[in-house]
Amino acid sequence: MLIYNRSGWLLAAGTLLCLLANPNVHALENNAELTAKLELLQQQLELQQQQINDLKRLLEQTQTQAVETDAKVEAVADVIESSPAQQAGPLKTTVGGYGELHYNNLSATDPDRDVEAIDFHRFVLFFGHEFNDKTRFYSELELEHSFIADSGGDTPGEVELEQAFLEFDLKPGLYSRAGLFLIPVGLINETHEPPSFYGVERNDVENIIVPSTWWEAGAAINGRMGSDWNWDLAFTSGLQMPTTGSNAFRVRSGRQKVAKALASDGAITGRLRYLGIEGLLAAVTLQYQFDPSQAANDGLDDGTLLEAHVDYRLGSFGIRALYARWDFSGEAVEAAGADKQTGWYLEPSYRLNEQFGFYTRYEDVEAARRSDQFDQWEVGMNWWPARNVVLKFDYRSRSHNLDSERGRDFNGIDLGVGYNF
Amino acid sequence: MLTLTICWSAPAAAESVYETRNEFVNRAFSNSPPETSVIWLTGERKMNVSRLLGHDYSSLRLRYWCQAGRSAWILEEIGKDLPITVGVIVDNSQIKSLRVLTYRENRGGEVVVPAFTDQFNGVRLDANGDLNATINGISGATLSVHALTRLGAIALLLHGDTGCEDGP
Repeated sequence: MLIYNRSGWLLAAGTLLCLLANPNVHALENNAELTAKLELLQQQLELQQQQINDLKRLLEQTQTQAVETDAKVEAVADVIESSPAQQAGPLKTTVGGYGELHYNNLSATDPDRDVEAIDFHRFVLFFGHEFNDKTRFYSELELEHSFIADSGGDTPGEVELEQAFLEFDLKPGLYSRAGLFLIPVGLINETHEPPSFYGVERNDVENIIVPSTWWEAGAAINGRMGSDWNWDLAFTSGLQMPTTGSNAFRVRSGRQKVAKALASDGAITGRLRYLGIEGLLAAVTLQYQFDPSQAANDGLDDGTLLEAHVDYRLGSFGIRALYARWDFSGEAVEAAGADKQTGWYLEPSYRLNEQFGFYTRYEDVEAARRSDQFDQWEVGMNWWPARNVVLKFDYRSRSHNLDSERGRDFNGIDLGVGYNF
Repeated sequence: MLTLTICWSAPAAAESVYETRNEFVNRAFSNSPPETSVIWLTGERKMNVSRLLGHDYSSLRLRYWCQAGRSAWILEEIGKDLPITVGVIVDNSQIKSLRVLTYRENRGGEVVVPAFTDQFNGVRLDANGDLNATINGISGATLSVHALTRLGAIALLLHGDTGCEDGP
């Protein structure tokens, strides 16, 4: 009833104001809110905890599945890697090859002897087959100068079987071979893929004196002594050098190429190689020919070849040096002044990087034919745009020893493209 | 008369084994080798390995050993026709040792001599991911030299991928 008169209003208002201003009243309200809020938070926490627990269970399940998946993948990899296709390893039959195209532009003192020619000099295929872990076959078939006509035709091409042998592993570090194989001599006789040497044409010392590429038929053994020494011993067919005519006592003309070759007098070849110094390969070959003409009483009785070389590489610099010498006995060969035939060359080189290399070479040849007695300077470069591919350029200048051969002196350039695989 | 003499002994293992896998791993870790780990050649790692080799590696995964920042790898690559097995020890991101474990071919075996393989000691990868040193080749063994050079680079690459450098 107090609220129905002015003083009652005032009293009620004042009371209300007092109540509102009274902290205890606010406290009561805040407590309620807080409690409500706490309860809400509690509910949210419980919900989140539930979610965390669910996630933990999910994570554990995922980890278990991951471990199981890992195990399955490893098992699949085991099966794949142990499958016959994988276990077969490298192919049993392999194919390889090399080839080279040459362009020669040489100006001779006698213009009639100028050379301006382009020639696919060699197209070579290798075929190999592994019969088992210890026995394999290796062969090299070569087509030279692109084209061979029917018999009687006058074309420069040749087809040659340069290697065809069986190789047997006797024990670790000891091997034998039987068949047609390259004589273990020189730097390029066994390794002559175009990207492996400088110069468009192979060096004349090994070409004329050794004479590369030189193969015979027979049997050989090669092995290792310790970690630094390799050795070879070969028993093979021999040379059949002419003793008359324009090619008399010319070693290169004595290669029978195992083509219905005479085998009355063979040869023994031994080689020793040293690799005990970083970057250095040093080797010496000694060969004895029982009768290099395969004919008795013709004035050419026997012959001995001594060949030695080094190949040294130190960083970007390299140097090759080779000396080869034939000593023949017999009245006719001595009378012809062809009983001693020698050759040597020196080839420093600089490998700028993986793509480019530069070289120079000096060679001296003193062989049987008058035209094979000369010295020659050569300078050039190789460009390897890709592994096992090479483009070559060189400049050559040749001077013959004998006045009668000066017309053959020349200088000029060569360009070459080569590959191997 | 041409006389041929061929010497035979009882055929044994075809390849020349210079160090067995167990011998290599024991040598790498002083006869206390760690457990074998596996690294998968997938994704970018596979691409990097293929770039170094010039072709895909012959396995899906590689087993290796890692302890105290050192890793040991047994890798294979074809030389001329047959695979060469090589053991590489990497320490402090450089090759500690590279050795031919098994050589199967008749030619090119000059690469097994320490005078050649010692060249890899201390070699690292450069910024281009290639070896930071020139490996002097050997006449007549070019393909084998290339194979070992590529395997050395792969071991360094994979050592970095495994995190082995940061501890076991």
